[in-house]
Amino acid sequence: MSTEHTKSGTLFTPWNILAGIILAAGVVATIMRFTMGIGSVTNLSDNNPWGIWIGFDLLCGVALAAGGYTTSAACYIFGFKRFHGAVRPAILTAFLGYALVVFALNYDVGRPWRLPYPIFYQQGTTSILFEVGLCVFIYLTVLFLEYLPAALEWKRGFDKYRGILIKLTMGLTILGVILSTLHQSSLGALYLIVPSKLHPLWYTPYLPVMFFMSSMFAGMSMVITEGTISHKYFHHKMDGEYNEGYLDLQFAFAKASAWVMAGYLAMKVLGLAMDNRWHYLFTGYGAWWLFEVVGFVVLPCYCYAVGYRDRNIGLVRVAAPWTVIGIMLNRFDVSLIAFNWQLPSADRYFPSVGEITISLFVITLGIIAFRFIVTRMPIFYVHPAYKDSSH
Amino acid sequence: MKRRHFLGLLGAAGVTMGSGLSAQAASSADVKGLPNANGVLFDATRCIGCRKCEAACNQVNELPKPAKAFDDLTVLDTIRRTDAKTYTIVNKYVPEAGKPPVFRKSQCNHCMEPACASACFVAAFKKTETGAVVYDESVCVGCRYCMVACPFNIPTYEYDKAFTPRVMKCTMCYPRLLEGKLPGCVEACPKEALLYGKRRELINIAWDRIGATPGRYVEHVYGEREMGGTSWLYVAPKPSFAAIGMDENLGTASAPELTSGALAAVPAVAGIWPVLLTGLYAITKRKDKIAEAEKQAAVAAAIATASADAAAKLSEELAKAEVANKRRIEVEVTKALEAAAKAAEEGEDA
Amino acid sequence: MFNTLQDLMLHNKSITYVLMGVLLICFVGFWHFLTDKEERKRRY
Repeated sequence: MSTEHTKSGTLFTPWNILAGIILAAGVVATIMRFTMGIGSVTNLSDNNPWGIWIGFDLLCGVALAAGGYTTSAACYIFGFKRFHGAVRPAILTAFLGYALVVFALNYDVGRPWRLPYPIFYQQGTTSILFEVGLCVFIYLTVLFLEYLPAALEWKRGFDKYRGILIKLTMGLTILGVILSTLHQSSLGALYLIVPSKLHPLWYTPYLPVMFFMSSMFAGMSMVITEGTISHKYFHHKMDGEYNEGYLDLQFAFAKASAWVMAGYLAMKVLGLAMDNRWHYLFTGYGAWWLFEVVGFVVLPCYCYAVGYRDRNIGLVRVAAPWTVIGIMLNRFDVSLIAFNWQLPSADRYFPSVGEITISLFVITLGIIAFRFIVTRMPIFYVHPAYKDSSH
Repeated sequence: MKRRHFLGLLGAAGVTMGSGLSAQAASSADVKGLPNANGVLFDATRCIGCRKCEAACNQVNELPKPAKAFDDLTVLDTIRRTDAKTYTIVNKYVPEAGKPPVFRKSQCNHCMEPACASACFVAAFKKTETGAVVYDESVCVGCRYCMVACPFNIPTYEYDKAFTPRVMKCTMCYPRLLEGKLPGCVEACPKEALLYGKRRELINIAWDRIGATPGRYVEHVYGEREMGGTSWLYVAPKPSFAAIGMDENLGTASAPELTSGALAAVPAVAGIWPVLLTGLYAITKRKDKIAEAEKQAAVAAAIATASADAAAKLSEELAKAEVANKRRIEVEVTKALEAAAKAAEEGEDA
Repeated sequence: MFNTLQDLMLHNKSITYVLMGVLLICFVGFWHFLTDKEERKRRY
């Protein structure tokens, strides 16, 4: 998949052809969206104003980009210096993730050119969405500044600016954790306003806590998954520091994920107890809730735990994508499946081809950007000119 | 490591748990609650499903003409909801088989604490003193969180417009109210199923009607307390409001109350997190420093022991060497004496 | 006095958000004030 392959071989690898098809379809859908309106490409309706562009692109995108704050916090705040090699890939993934979330939002909102309004023109400070928007805007800037040194090392000659940014690392990391705490939890808090629309098994005052806790292991699982995949395709780009810390990091994140997942599970159960929701467990939605919680929290948590105990990296690498899928399932449940649960099935939402196309388009753009950057900039390795610098 | 994580989680838990408590702390004392707001009382026992209110609404708000004319009552055979071209609709329900149908009008309920206003991140919605909840399209971004938030599924969106999509909903004919006129639907109703007036007076009228004909009405004024109360009020014939498609489980908490806990957690995080995180960082750094200092001390100690050992060894060696030297001197002296003695003997012999 | 809880919260939260920003910046300043001498000592 790397440029090396395309240089040496043909441009028409199966992956490139697939990417090409998705990009072409995405361009078509984009033109339709911006010339004929949201209705022309989506199944959104007056009853279902939010579809997968929010449920997947925004909620999953932000949760899975949590690797940025978890990794940099582990390295710089909690003092796990041996994870230093993993910080840049995690920051890059997070930066691209958030950039694409904002990019995708331009499709979803009716008048995207007004997206700066809530921050710069008229502030609806009572809205949880205002808080999300403000934090995502600032955090995207923070992530950009955290990523920037890699680009400046690539293009040389900006050592002065790079030096300033490196000095800001600690402040940016702490700011990043604050902003992440706020908007990760607020994405859950968005749904506090709809007790009548969200199924009681998912609606709980703990929604913000749950979204925040799950973002931690979502981020860490994504770092493990992304690391495993990157190792396969970009191994030649990786240097000693990255490789030395790599296994250590995967085991440490497996341990941390398992532990946070235990806490998350506790909150899930306590949430039921707090509002006496037990009887819903014996309904169809109850079975689905158990499927989510047992199948995608309890089991991957156990898998992580055994993998960590037995130093079995294979098991850890199974648990990580499993957890990632579990997070997506949870976000889908809250935003789509358990949302509007009382409406007759004819009024329920299912994504259109156009919506799925745009979501795949956005993911493909992300992968292309990631590949472009890691094959050129010092992400998986320390730039030879900056070997002595501690960052 | 464990203690640090524990502290972090404790902080997180504290922030989010505490948030629920502070919900209404500042509310009631500073809020008047619009005692003079207007409203409309809808009496489902009087509505005959003639759709004249729909027609009037369409006309006064200059909405596009629908495909089927307003006097076509077959439209009532399917349950409808408001849409971008329709601010109000009347639906037909048959609560009990064999009994005559009951009609219910649906439009924006103009909540006393509107969920759409609470949810809007550009503050495009406003509860006015007239009681009407109005929308300012000039700031609307089109995120549609108002539609998600509305417990009555009322706001709609112009999904088919590429450049100027708007949220569309009943305004209680706000412009007409300012001119001193009645809302279009109220004016058009031939059966006085709609009654416009001060909300607090309408509540009394509603309860009077319920009390005046025992057994006829559900003993509840819908909208008196739902979601913190609505300007639009409903009375309905038995058996229930659910039988005419109204959610009876909305609860009485208003939208601002539902979110105020989470909103209160935001400044708490901004206040606590920098202290906690910088503190953790400082602890980590301090531990590193102590570890470093201990390491250095250990090295110094090791060097000291090593040099002491070396010194001892040296003096031992020196002592040994001295002994050896002495011996060597003694040997040499003896040798010399022996040689001298031998020479003397040889001399005597010679 | 405010007509609705919504109006009250809009007022309160707007002030709170501005103060949050100001205070976050103050935290940075105060941390530097708190620690700049120890940094200097360490350097020499």
